[in-house]
Amino acid sequence: MIEVVTSVGLPIDEKLMIRKNRIQPEGGNPDNMKRISIVTGIHGDELEGQYVCYELQRRIRENIDKLTGTVDIYPAMNPLGIDSITRGIPAFDLDMNRLFPGNIDGNMTEYLAAGIIEDVSGSDLVLDIHASNIYLTEIPQIRINELHADNLIPYAKLANVDFIWVHGASTVLEATFAHSLNSIGTPTLVVEMGVGMRLTREYGNQLVDGIFRLMKELGIWQGDVIGVRTPIISDNPDDVCYLNATASGLFVPEVKHGAKLEEGGLIGRIVDPLGGEVLDEVRSPINGILFTIRDYPIVDEGSLMGRILKEEVCSCE
Amino acid sequence: MNKKIIYEIKGLYRDDFRVTGFEFGEGEKSVCIVGSSRGNEVQQIYCCSRLIQKMKQLEAEGRILPGHKILIIPSVNPYSVNIQKRFWSTDNTDINRMFPGYNLGETTQRIADGVFREIKDYKYGIQFTSFYMPGDFVPHVRYMDEGYTKREDAEKFGLKYIVERTVRPYDTATLNYNWQVWDTVAFSLYTDTTEHISGTGAGQAVLAVMNFLANNGIIKYDAVGTKKSRTIKDTELVSVRTSESGFYEPIVKAGEEVKTGQALANIIDPYEGYIRETLYAPVEGIVFFQHNAPLTYANTAVIKIIEN
Repeated sequence: MIEVVTSVGLPIDEKLMIRKNRIQPEGGNPDNMKRISIVTGIHGDELEGQYVCYELQRRIRENIDKLTGTVDIYPAMNPLGIDSITRGIPAFDLDMNRLFPGNIDGNMTEYLAAGIIEDVSGSDLVLDIHASNIYLTEIPQIRINELHADNLIPYAKLANVDFIWVHGASTVLEATFAHSLNSIGTPTLVVEMGVGMRLTREYGNQLVDGIFRLMKELGIWQGDVIGVRTPIISDNPDDVCYLNATASGLFVPEVKHGAKLEEGGLIGRIVDPLGGEVLDEVRSPINGILFTIRDYPIVDEGSLMGRILKEEVCSCE
Repeated sequence: MNKKIIYEIKGLYRDDFRVTGFEFGEGEKSVCIVGSSRGNEVQQIYCCSRLIQKMKQLEAEGRILPGHKILIIPSVNPYSVNIQKRFWSTDNTDINRMFPGYNLGETTQRIADGVFREIKDYKYGIQFTSFYMPGDFVPHVRYMDEGYTKREDAEKFGLKYIVERTVRPYDTATLNYNWQVWDTVAFSLYTDTTEHISGTGAGQAVLAVMNFLANNGIIKYDAVGTKKSRTIKDTELVSVRTSESGFYEPIVKAGEEVKTGQALANIIDPYEGYIRETLYAPVEGIVFFQHNAPLTYANTAVIKIIEN
């Protein structure tokens, strides 16, 4: 059943509505059921989660008799952003993922954020699906704040992602959707996969398999599920090596996303299309796996071109 | 005056990105003034240009006292100003959320780092800043309530109002916050506008900085002296919120005194022209902030009042 979670009137003949679809089995007492919430579209230019929302529902409907809990699907937390290919909230130019937990007495954006938190809180598990940004492609991964690692890693291991990245606590990140929910006891996993403005169906299908596995674990799904892959887990900042551009130019990669790299191996070149010169050869400083690669080819000095996970971490699992 | 490049990045197709600074006087790093960090902060650059004119005059007349260096950086983000975009030209990040910066990080982290290395050792730091919503302010100075910056120092600007700001999580990556962490006494100076030039507002800003410099013994200037300003916490400002969206028709101006119950603004139905809502003053006081865009959303704090 499609419900309006929260809404606010816009100036000219339009209402901004944040909607969800609640899927429940027929019969049974909904109050006694476990509940999983699939959330996406906080950043309007990240669309990988759209396919997950559709595909998850398609598969549930095929075997609706196997559903024994509540599935809430929130495909568009920032509907104006999705409509206008805008990462933040249009007009305010605010990152919606820095507004939580919001304030019911606050301005329009804080009001919406508070309405969302009120509706999602109390879920037995929440997945907040992001798609990196328009610049970088990511392998399917879950990012966890170290403050909530003990509670979340067991769930994250079942999500069929390739990588679990436990990162340090940061004051700035306290205003994220996931941190706000985790702080009030609603376990929330942040998924990053693919790239902004595009769909990677392979990754979407992989994550949907993981969601069914999690639903099985929670007692929401009684159907068959596949065995999930074992993710690499990193909780040491030194495990990850960042590749930042040394010059402004056109980044032309020589390897593919997910490539195994050897120290000194060529990753790509930064070239100058005006002068026809190579400005820099980007080489791997370590042995490892290229788990992030730049998709948008223009770089400024400092732009991130990739991230490499150390070989020792990849092989220890 | 010594004009120097504070930080530079080579552009691919654009001219090189340059942050330019203007130094006056010689000696210890006394005061650093930073103008715009965002592409829409035009008034903040204008204030710096007026200030640079004034400082040139003071320097020529020998009125900058020995042993003091003053640095003015009109803009740390000229690239965004030139394309009329608020945040960084390519990835839309906010330089004023990147401090103290990181020299091996992403572009805006590098800019923040390059600028911060130059300005972190100043005794006093003043940033001309803007509010995230469109509107007119009564000019005032703000400082964070972390204990590093004192009210007595803020009073040296001679402005009528001082706002003590409660630190929020996102403040920790701003220039003002990080200045304090590196032992600089830091202020944010709000003039009346952001996206258009206000000569009076810029004049007030220049005057406030002159007062501050004179009251700290950095320049010879006939200042108003340390004035007992009124200090309010940002949480004490009384917000007047819309419950409807539509055309915004202000009835009063920023700086005006209002009585309890006085009509402040109307929200007009944009198609049929009737009044959807009239906003009334919940308290007696001064209109401190007034929304100035033609449209408003619902649930928006369009007016802030300092209660008498």
